[in-house]
Amino acid sequence: MNWRSARTPAIVLALVALATLPIWVGNPYYINVSSQILLFAVFALALNVLVGYGGLVSLGHAGLFAMAGYAAALMLQAGYGHLAAILTGLLVVLASAAVFGLLALRSTGIGFLMITLALGQIVWGIAYRWASLTNGDNGVNVPTRPAPFGLVLSNAPAFYYATLLIFLLCVGTMMLFVRSPFGASLRGTRDQARRMNALGYNVWLIRFVAILFSGLWTGVSGLLFLYYNQFISPQVAALQTSAEALLMVISGGTATLLGPIAGAAIVVIMKNVVSAYIERWNLVLGVIFVAIITFMPEGLVPGIVRFWKLGWRAFRERRAPAALRNVVEPPP
Amino acid sequence: MLVSINANQAAILAVNSVSLGGVLFLLSAGFSLIFGLMRIPNLMHGSFFMLGAYFGVTLLDQKIGMNSWLAALLSGLAMAVIGGAIERLLLRRLAGQELPQVLLTLGLSFIVADLCLMIWTGDPWQPSPPAQLRGAFQAAGLFFPIFRVVIILVAVAIAIALWLMIDWTRLGAMIRAGVDDAPIARVCGIKVSQLFTLIFALGAGLAAFGGVVGSPFLSVYPGLDAEMLPLALIVVILGGTGSLLGALVGSFLIGALFNFGQAMLPDLAYVILFLPMLLVLVLRPQGLFGKVQA
Amino acid sequence: MTIKRRTVLKGMLASGASLTALKAPYVQAQTAAFKIGLLTVKTGPLAQGGIQMEQGINTFLKEKSSTLAGRKIEFLSADTGGNPAGAKTKAQELIERDKVNVILGPLAAFELLAITDYVRENQTPLISLAAAEDVTQRKANPFVIRPSATSAQACHVMGDYAAKELKFKRAATISEDFAFGYEQMSGFQRVFEDNGGKVVKKLWPPLVTPDYTPYIAQIGNVDCVFNGFAGSNPVKFMRSYADLGLQRIQLLAGWTAMDDALLRSLGDEAVGVISAAWYSADLDTPTNKRFVEAMQKDYNVLPGGYSAGMYIAGQCVEAAIQKLDTKSDDRKALADALHQISLTDTPRGPVKFDQYGNVVGDIFIRKCERKGRQLTNTVIKTYPNVSQFWTYDEKQFLAQPVYARDVPPAKNLE
Repeated sequence: MNWRSARTPAIVLALVALATLPIWVGNPYYINVSSQILLFAVFALALNVLVGYGGLVSLGHAGLFAMAGYAAALMLQAGYGHLAAILTGLLVVLASAAVFGLLALRSTGIGFLMITLALGQIVWGIAYRWASLTNGDNGVNVPTRPAPFGLVLSNAPAFYYATLLIFLLCVGTMMLFVRSPFGASLRGTRDQARRMNALGYNVWLIRFVAILFSGLWTGVSGLLFLYYNQFISPQVAALQTSAEALLMVISGGTATLLGPIAGAAIVVIMKNVVSAYIERWNLVLGVIFVAIITFMPEGLVPGIVRFWKLGWRAFRERRAPAALRNVVEPPP
Repeated sequence: MLVSINANQAAILAVNSVSLGGVLFLLSAGFSLIFGLMRIPNLMHGSFFMLGAYFGVTLLDQKIGMNSWLAALLSGLAMAVIGGAIERLLLRRLAGQELPQVLLTLGLSFIVADLCLMIWTGDPWQPSPPAQLRGAFQAAGLFFPIFRVVIILVAVAIAIALWLMIDWTRLGAMIRAGVDDAPIARVCGIKVSQLFTLIFALGAGLAAFGGVVGSPFLSVYPGLDAEMLPLALIVVILGGTGSLLGALVGSFLIGALFNFGQAMLPDLAYVILFLPMLLVLVLRPQGLFGKVQA
Repeated sequence: MTIKRRTVLKGMLASGASLTALKAPYVQAQTAAFKIGLLTVKTGPLAQGGIQMEQGINTFLKEKSSTLAGRKIEFLSADTGGNPAGAKTKAQELIERDKVNVILGPLAAFELLAITDYVRENQTPLISLAAAEDVTQRKANPFVIRPSATSAQACHVMGDYAAKELKFKRAATISEDFAFGYEQMSGFQRVFEDNGGKVVKKLWPPLVTPDYTPYIAQIGNVDCVFNGFAGSNPVKFMRSYADLGLQRIQLLAGWTAMDDALLRSLGDEAVGVISAAWYSADLDTPTNKRFVEAMQKDYNVLPGGYSAGMYIAGQCVEAAIQKLDTKSDDRKALADALHQISLTDTPRGPVKFDQYGNVVGDIFIRKCERKGRQLTNTVIKTYPNVSQFWTYDEKQFLAQPVYARDVPPAKNLE
């Protein structure tokens, strides 16, 4: 059985595991950690649209993440219901992504990186300083979680399932996007922008739409984050958050969809679970990143696939070569 | 919104702008060269600055009592060795791959930050300036700290030394060739890989030297690396990558923007450095003195 | 710190054996360890305070051999990373996974605000170091007590001392641009102005500012400057203040700005600075002498408010367990008992709590001096029995909005 045909059963197994997670994990703390992994995976997947498929490295995505969260939080504080808050959050993030795109696409490469960094920092600065609106570093409290169709989301398993649904929706959308003509043209602009231009594609527009798409899903993860913590403060928009998201994407592997998910899992587990056992977890996280780069520069997931293939081939060679070598075709 | 300042305050701010600019130059000159020549966004540059400053703290500790300049030089040399090793062993394998370089340098910066916390604890350290340079001289009733003025001279001296090296020596010519067109430089027989190691080491050493020189003024504490790195990025973006003159002008410009901006436009304090950078990037992406990339 | 499992197991074994002998079934429940969880910061820029917090509680537990009022203590430490999301996750870890009986910490006000509702919903008592005012005022949480101080508690005192004893008329304030800074400066301003002084300049450098010169240059013509810097910022600030020749203007400080633990990082620029704090390492109480000696022996540091706060928190837990005896596992009862505590011998002197859970205790005015090669903060005046409301009527105080950047408004700015 070669690894390719193992893919479908593997996916089915993964889905079953995810769907039954609250049962086999048990403790609500770990269920909550799983919810966090999923919501950061959505963030990482959104960022990967630009970084992996668009070739545009952004260090300002925390700004978009925060815009969605703050918009919803402030709407809730003003007395509106959850539906209005969520819709506002998504609209605000789309508008912000449009602004980001208009400014950042004036440049590419490090220029793009710097502009997005600056924009992220500006959002952070506004969140801190415009205290009459955002309550500054005291943050905004969100007392309740939404209750769609009367389902209560305040306990860990229920919130986990809601997050899982949104996560699966995101993965599905990402798969559609990757296989679509739009996805192909985005990859084209990443690899050969000039040629795409010559072929008549509007490179700027393709990138801009990708930023909107990425921004939308970033906003979704921002809303999930808001409801998970039921609190938002300016630190959410800090450079560190953008850097962590970028690290999730790069360490997991930008060329795949599984990569950012794996990266998100590594970072969230290190920060939240491993930090309980290892005091210097930051150091260990750094060492893990360096190790990944040294042994698997393309990322964790493609790297594991590579080792698996190498290992499988070596395994097959060891088992069957003698027999195969002496096989003679039977006479007709 | 706009706070007015009087002439006395303007004088103090002007002097401080130039001395902050001096420290920023030492920090960003290396980054500019590294990015200009090697196209590596060295996200551990702030870590070199901070680690160098911590080395300085240990060397300047009363028990060892080394001369401040000697401490700065030693720290710079130590960091140059470390930087060279990192380039040779880890970064070289990632030539041209921007994202893995980002991951590697960020991962290394986590490691350095945590090691510094383990070794030097979370307490802030602020070494005293060299004995002869303590105190301030008074002019027109205002105090100008001597040490800060001397930093300006040191930064300018280093800038001149770097300029002489780059514009007047054979090594400098090779570096300039590498910055302009690395593949062709290789074809001409220039050992570009060795140059890369040298430049990375030089950049790291300069940052460390800057860290020690700046420590009586900025102090040394966990988180210094994360504060300094965006400043280096802003200077290099404004001034243009690969250009020493750009790094110099950019540093003084940022020093002035920081000082006068924080004083006169306190509401914009958080964004006072990013707004001009944004403007430059949007209007003139190659920076003030950079060359348009092919 | 490692969890002393061996001690706990030995203790359990011993008590289990003796209990079977005594046939005392109701005490069986008591052999389970009482768990104390600490929310602290061990990575990043806030690590300095976080490490000290842990040292403080460790010193207390070591002194008591991890047994408080007869119960074995299991101690768990959680690193929040200094951000609200981390604080929430670690609070969840301590409450849901580890099922702690009481939480100590967190360090920062924004961390406390992120978890205050959660702690209330999960009915777990919390002994805070963080200063956010409203948590013991308008949004009082029955599960939270605070033996340290509100942001303004010591600043009210400073305002009084500066106006009445030092007879200053014109002051400038400078502190970081965040809630802790606003609350401190507002407290000072209110009392200073109510006693005839005027705050003519308020400066707010951002939390992350590499160089304070642009702000110091604007100080102008005042009698004194009150600063509330925290973390590692006071070190830079005082050096720049001295460098720019401002030492002729008396510098006043809040508790974080001249914390005793920071003295080892300071130099001559700190001599002469007067500060108001709820703890001072040179206090002459028996417990404090023991505490300071133990900290110096084990960690080679002079303790400051961060360590003292957690040591006192430990004392509060001990007193509550003592009071509740067999019912100490009931978290609601524990929270109520904590509110009722009155201690006389702690590193800061007498400690009791008002109806909102905030401490009522002594506030000390100290002056920094050089004794030999060391810097010390010497107490020059003690204000006893200071509550979070100073001398103001409680209802009037609470009727006004919480201290903020412009609350109360500064009417005398020039």
